[in-house]
Amino acid sequence: MTDPVLEIRKLTKRFGALTVSDGIDFDLRPGEIHALIGPNGAGKSTLIKQICGELHPDAGAILFSGRDLAGEGSVARARRGLARTFQVSSVAPEFTALQNVVLAVQGASGATFRFLRPALGDAALTGPARAFMERVGLSGRENVPASILSHGERRRLELAMALAMEPRVFLLDEPMAGLGPEGSQEMTAILSDLRHEAPILLVEHDMDAVFTLADRISVLVYGRIIATGTVDEIRANAEVQSAYLGDDA
Amino acid sequence: MFRETTVNTALVAILVAVPLVAQAAGEPFIITLATKVAIFAMAGVGLNIALGYGGLVSFGHAAFFGIGGYAAGILASHAQSYTPLMTWPFAIGGTQQMLIIWPVALAASGIAALVIGALSLRTSGVYFIMITLAFAQMVFYFAVSWPAYGGEDGLPIYVRDKFPGLNTLDPLQFFAVAFACFLLAVLVSVVLSRSRFGLALQGARQNVERVRAVGIDPYRLRLVAFVISGMITGLAGALYADLNRFVSPSMLSWQTSGEIMVFVILGGVGRHFGPLAGAALFILLEHELGSVSEYWQFLLGLLLLLVVLFAHGGLIGVLTRRPHRD
Repeated sequence: MTDPVLEIRKLTKRFGALTVSDGIDFDLRPGEIHALIGPNGAGKSTLIKQICGELHPDAGAILFSGRDLAGEGSVARARRGLARTFQVSSVAPEFTALQNVVLAVQGASGATFRFLRPALGDAALTGPARAFMERVGLSGRENVPASILSHGERRRLELAMALAMEPRVFLLDEPMAGLGPEGSQEMTAILSDLRHEAPILLVEHDMDAVFTLADRISVLVYGRIIATGTVDEIRANAEVQSAYLGDDA
Repeated sequence: MFRETTVNTALVAILVAVPLVAQAAGEPFIITLATKVAIFAMAGVGLNIALGYGGLVSFGHAAFFGIGGYAAGILASHAQSYTPLMTWPFAIGGTQQMLIIWPVALAASGIAALVIGALSLRTSGVYFIMITLAFAQMVFYFAVSWPAYGGEDGLPIYVRDKFPGLNTLDPLQFFAVAFACFLLAVLVSVVLSRSRFGLALQGARQNVERVRAVGIDPYRLRLVAFVISGMITGLAGALYADLNRFVSPSMLSWQTSGEIMVFVILGGVGRHFGPLAGAALFILLEHELGSVSEYWQFLLGLLLLLVVLFAHGGLIGVLTRRPHRD
């Protein structure tokens, strides 16, 4: 078995008396989509925030390619290739779609402190940016302000920005949220293709998408992982059934 | 209504035409007013880089305006009294050469902006506004209580500082100097806003979380922007000291910070020529209404209120009628 890209060991986070991450063990292997599911309030987003450095755990470790990330902030972790999308789309609303992706390409390039040449006249930025937009199906929408894009387009714009960061891991927080059935199908196709780029930690409520995409699934309930396994194992798990999936799953 | 470039060109054309006509009509005072517009606009262009592009509401830019002014005043006063500025560890004398005064003004205001920015930028929102104000007030009270350079009474510059090849005492020629500096400042602001740095800076204004998520540290971005912003405002201060041939702590007062902010907001936040429109309107109101009633600022306040409530994008926004920030 290959070494995991991302490994989480005994991660614990408390907000006062509430333990939102309770000794979480989790790993993400190369080439896989590992879905994290669980009811609302289970602590999925809190886990993502700890991985990308927005929150700091009280105990436990997060290892990225075997290296402990403790003490690194969100900017440093992003530079390492932890590419993230947000539960609620987070883009620069006044920028055009292209400007948003160019910003991400620029972030990945590490060369932001350049003051003379126009960023949008720099083919080293716009070339890759256009290519990433094409990959998520946003060609032709380059010059539309991000605030005018439809909800589904904004979700895809976020993906293009994540792609632009030369990611080594994708952390996708509910990429299907708010998409209709058709949008979810398109997104599923895009995500399925992304796993060749880098492994994906997928937090998602849309069970159809999860069962289609995931290689493994972990179930988080009240801050604890109650089960990890393949799609079939999770479907068959009685504890998961009662905690989350309901009787008809 | 009009394209933004049309409006900008018209504004600049008016700024150039007014002193030329005034010269022909033998009205040097009008030329001085136009020079004041150019200098105030330049101070506003400086603030606009922090406020408009960076979203950093600095209520302390008078500090940089005043420090630039004092740099000019102090150097000139030593040159005029033939006393050295310092004798240890090496001797430095005063100067009346603008080409030496300007780099000093830029460096002094830049260092001040670096220190003030490094501390203030750890906060945000209302706290940032209050801390920048507090720092500016510290500089203000320091100037008031430091007797060596006039304290509360200020510091006169008896003869305007020199620029090679020009007679700066001639109002039109001094206007040309101020106008060139203003245009250069706008050029810096245009180039900066379109660069990689400008893109990230404006991104951080709109969504700082997103900028962090693509691996760019917003603190460094904002600090650099704040320093550039302070330097431009500082150079404007040096010119203002020369215009009046006088520096006083009032250049450092919070009212000055407020006025610079008014130029930017009146003209249009985040628009390259917004501060010119704002400063021109301000001076026009001060001059025209000020001669009618000493309460002209009541009308200014009313106008500001209208702009903030109804005209996003300020005067330039109204004239171009298209919400736009580039």
